[in-house]
Amino acid sequence: MLQGWVIVLASFLYLGILFAIAWYADRRADVGRSLIANPVVYALSLGVYCTTWTFYGSVGRAAASGIGFLPIYLGPTLLFALAGFILHKMIRVAKTNRITSIADFVASRYGKSQLLGGLVTVIAVVGVIPYIALQLKAVSNSFAILASYPEIIMPATAGAVPLLQDSALYVAMILAAFTILFGTRHLDATERHEGMVAAIAVESVVKLVAFLAVGIFVVWGMHDGVGDIFAQAATVPEVARRLATADSPAAYGTWGTLIFLSLFASLLLPRQFQIAVVENVDASHLSRAVWMFPLYLFLINLFVLPVALAGMLHFPGGAVDADTFVLTLPMARQQEALALFVYIGGLSAATGMVIVETIALSTMVCNDLVMPLLLRLPMLGLAAHADLSGLLLEIRRWAIVIILGLGYLYFRVAGEAYALVSIGLISFAAVAQFAPVVIGGLFWKGGTRDGALAGLAAGFVLWVYTLLLPSFAKSGWLPDGFIAHGLFGIELLRPQHLFGLTGLDEITHCLVWSLLANLGAYIGVSLQRVPNVREARQATLFVGGAEAAGIPGWHSTAGVGDLLPLAGRFLGLARAQEAFARHAQQRGLRGITELPADARLVSFAETLLAGAIGSASARVMVASVVKEEPLGIDEVMNILDEASQVRAYTRELEQKSRELTRATAELREANARLRELDRMKDDFISTVTHELRTPLTSIRAFSEMLQEDPKIDLAQRTRFVGIIVSETVRLSRLINQILDLAKLESGRAEWTVAAVDVAEVIHEAAESLTVLFAEKHVTLEFDGCEAGLIVLADRDRLMQVMVNLLSNALKFVPAGSGRVTVGADGTANEVRVRVVDNGPGIQVQDQEVIFDKFHQGAATTDVLTDKPQGTGLGLPISRQIIEYFNGRLWVESTPGAGAGFVFTLPRQAGDNGKVPQGDTVPGGGRGHKLPGGNS
Amino acid sequence: MIRSRLTAQRLAFLFLLGCFFFNYPLLSVFNRGGDFFGLPPLYAWLMGSWLALIAQMAWVVESRSD
Amino acid sequence: MSYRILIVDDEPNIVISLEYLMKKEGFQIAVATDGEAALQQASSFLPDLILLDIMMPKKSGFEVCQALRANPALAAVKIIMLTAKGRETEVAKGLALGADAYITKPFSTKDLVVQIKSLLG
Repeated sequence: MLQGWVIVLASFLYLGILFAIAWYADRRADVGRSLIANPVVYALSLGVYCTTWTFYGSVGRAAASGIGFLPIYLGPTLLFALAGFILHKMIRVAKTNRITSIADFVASRYGKSQLLGGLVTVIAVVGVIPYIALQLKAVSNSFAILASYPEIIMPATAGAVPLLQDSALYVAMILAAFTILFGTRHLDATERHEGMVAAIAVESVVKLVAFLAVGIFVVWGMHDGVGDIFAQAATVPEVARRLATADSPAAYGTWGTLIFLSLFASLLLPRQFQIAVVENVDASHLSRAVWMFPLYLFLINLFVLPVALAGMLHFPGGAVDADTFVLTLPMARQQEALALFVYIGGLSAATGMVIVETIALSTMVCNDLVMPLLLRLPMLGLAAHADLSGLLLEIRRWAIVIILGLGYLYFRVAGEAYALVSIGLISFAAVAQFAPVVIGGLFWKGGTRDGALAGLAAGFVLWVYTLLLPSFAKSGWLPDGFIAHGLFGIELLRPQHLFGLTGLDEITHCLVWSLLANLGAYIGVSLQRVPNVREARQATLFVGGAEAAGIPGWHSTAGVGDLLPLAGRFLGLARAQEAFARHAQQRGLRGITELPADARLVSFAETLLAGAIGSASARVMVASVVKEEPLGIDEVMNILDEASQVRAYTRELEQKSRELTRATAELREANARLRELDRMKDDFISTVTHELRTPLTSIRAFSEMLQEDPKIDLAQRTRFVGIIVSETVRLSRLINQILDLAKLESGRAEWTVAAVDVAEVIHEAAESLTVLFAEKHVTLEFDGCEAGLIVLADRDRLMQVMVNLLSNALKFVPAGSGRVTVGADGTANEVRVRVVDNGPGIQVQDQEVIFDKFHQGAATTDVLTDKPQGTGLGLPISRQIIEYFNGRLWVESTPGAGAGFVFTLPRQAGDNGKVPQGDTVPGGGRGHKLPGGNS
Repeated sequence: MIRSRLTAQRLAFLFLLGCFFFNYPLLSVFNRGGDFFGLPPLYAWLMGSWLALIAQMAWVVESRSD
Repeated sequence: MSYRILIVDDEPNIVISLEYLMKKEGFQIAVATDGEAALQQASSFLPDLILLDIMMPKKSGFEVCQALRANPALAAVKIIMLTAKGRETEVAKGLALGADAYITKPFSTKDLVVQIKSLLG
């Protein structure tokens, strides 16, 4: 019944069903009702980790080393225990940066470096090709074994079969066709393949059910349960050894190494990254996968050891390859349907792996290897090409074909030398080289592009030398002399015992050296310099922290007019327009045309393009339409230290605000002062006007009367002319004093400063007023006023003050009984002069006001019946003069008991400082008024 | 939810526990002959502790999600 | 008939000139040299017209004017304000308080006489 055509038909039927599922899921996704937006689907799709290596190889490894197959599944379990720290962060970073592959992730992290993306791609392709070869080998072997039913014949080695009769070639071709159908039907900006994920989830179910079916059949169909198998195994010494693992340090070391290796492989293998990170619909699905994916691994491994033991018991002597026990045990019991189901399960495991792996690799090859090269070749003129989306798909299709071709080539050349598990481990060791740059890049901001390049290169070279080349040599493809004797016959360079390191298996040996070199170069070279602008920016985006949110990706702008055609060339115009419209909608705008030409739009366009051609190429393409202004070192500092910068700005702002408030208050105060000054000036001018007009009024009135009436009698006429003369004198005096005051106040007065004897000035002033005192019958007395009271002053100005004070006093004392006393004495520091009268005195509230300009009238009329004569400028002028010489002038008075005007001047060093004695000068006679005012 | 720091830390604790369970020296304790309810002790220990760990992980993430 | 005129000013020389001028025109004259005296004189002398200075001790011309206008017995008296401060606001203030005319110092004696006559006539 199991003729070749039945198997082929079943295979195609199965693949057809898978494709139908994928097609349906894509359709659902297009109408926005995703089939895969479900945590269970996500967890199941992660089962792509389990390939034919698991399906067939685990049993083989269990037959060879007992429980030793298990670490490969314990590692991923432990990885998912760290999901909250690693996977969750990777998904978040990948989503915000539209990361399309592991190469894109690394390139983007280290400053969007095309070189780095290319290196990761090369390592991934070279590293994973053996793994793809493994799938081809498994599928073609399982087909050959099943086709020979009911005989159980191990297939001939691949090299012995002519090329065109090699089923593995046809398997490779069919898988390539299906992968192209699944993965490159259209170009999606997000680089997500909903249909593929749905198909992978179904495949995971199929292979799990198939394996469990075999397990149940073997344990309960062929034996009486697990206990029975173990009991039987214990009786056969050769089998019993597999019940425990080798109890040596090296064995435990290998065990630990494998856990560690598989932990990283389940994260860093291109297909794992694709499914776990790129195809992730919603980061919250991760929490279900945290336990569901390990549970899947647990279930698929549950029967591995029992099946392996049963196979060994059933096919003693090693005639049947342990890798085929899953298939050959049902065949041996003529379970055709189960055998076919197992074959489909194996096919499932192989196709799932190949499809996802090659799609991931082809994306990397296209975005990080081919496109950057093509875009740099000016002769192709691609940079100016109108629509590149077709070219992108074409490149990916060819990449898929070439990758599978290389896989087949490896299978032909090296595949036969190794068991399935060993081939897989070579790939695991290759992708483990990504671990330092990926994990370091997520948590360490100091990593640089140079460090990443150095680390990856060093690790890759050592991997090639210690693992890949020996695998070629063991296949006879290379002379194997260098394995035994070292390169150039140097013992220390033996690839599997490098620098004399022995006692380790080849995988552990490779990992020790390659990861040591990788990590050392990555950290060592990174520490050679601080990250540059772009690296620092990307580091902040990836490593994160609170400050990552506000970092601008671009420092310049470009409009929709530039960016939309650019995106259209890679995505197709319709898709690009749709994406731009969505972006506009998200920003609350009505349409594409309203999108402002800002940095956010540029970042959006770059991210959109990154989804199609990878971040590094996207950056180059966007840069071609946007002339980015270079970031200055200041901005680098901003980015590196955003948070503290903001704090500093806030502080500065607060300070500025406080200064502003203070300045405003000062301005307001100054303004008020100016207003007050303006008002005072207004009042002053108004008062001056009044003072000038008053004498003018008399002069004009009397002049007109004299002019009009010539018949005025002589006595009248003489009186009128006298008034005119005295008013004219008053007017002149007023004008002089105003000018004087103006000079004093503006500081333009001329001073002749010299040592002056105050007593001399007092006597001289008194002398000049003797006549006036005599006229009013006022007594003038001296108290002290001895010579030798020397001050530094202008003698004439000091005289002006003395005359003013004396005439003031004279004005206010009653005629006849009036008495004015002038006193002068000195202390060590100053000379003090007093002019005391027995006049009416000055009210307390007026004692300061009288020193204001024109403040005569109202202030003193309470105690005066007559309006005092004078300009009201004498005291202000006197005070200005005294203060100019650093002295003080004030009044001491009790109303009704006279007033005393006092001034002090700083004493000039060198005078005798004698105590003055009393002196009296009598006054008498009559005369006209003197200059000065009572104020 | 994994986003919760407490959940992430509980899971990380289980990671450390798993590293201890699945490695030397604990493995050497079980790596011997004899049987444990008809199973080899090492096999029983690894499958048992693995399942227990998965159950713990499920409890940690699922008990938080509602 | 002879009109009675009250002269209110604190400048003696201006009072002398006004007194002479008014007497020459045949008016009866009374003099006050401050605001309070002006109000007393106004009640007792009952002038037909008051020549009122603004800048005075005790009570300003404005206050006197206001008090006069508040007294119904003196409501009919004509008031001419005299001021040496020529600011617009003061002219307006004087007129608003009920002055009949406003003359700025220094004034033309002829204009003053004409103004007085027109107010009385």
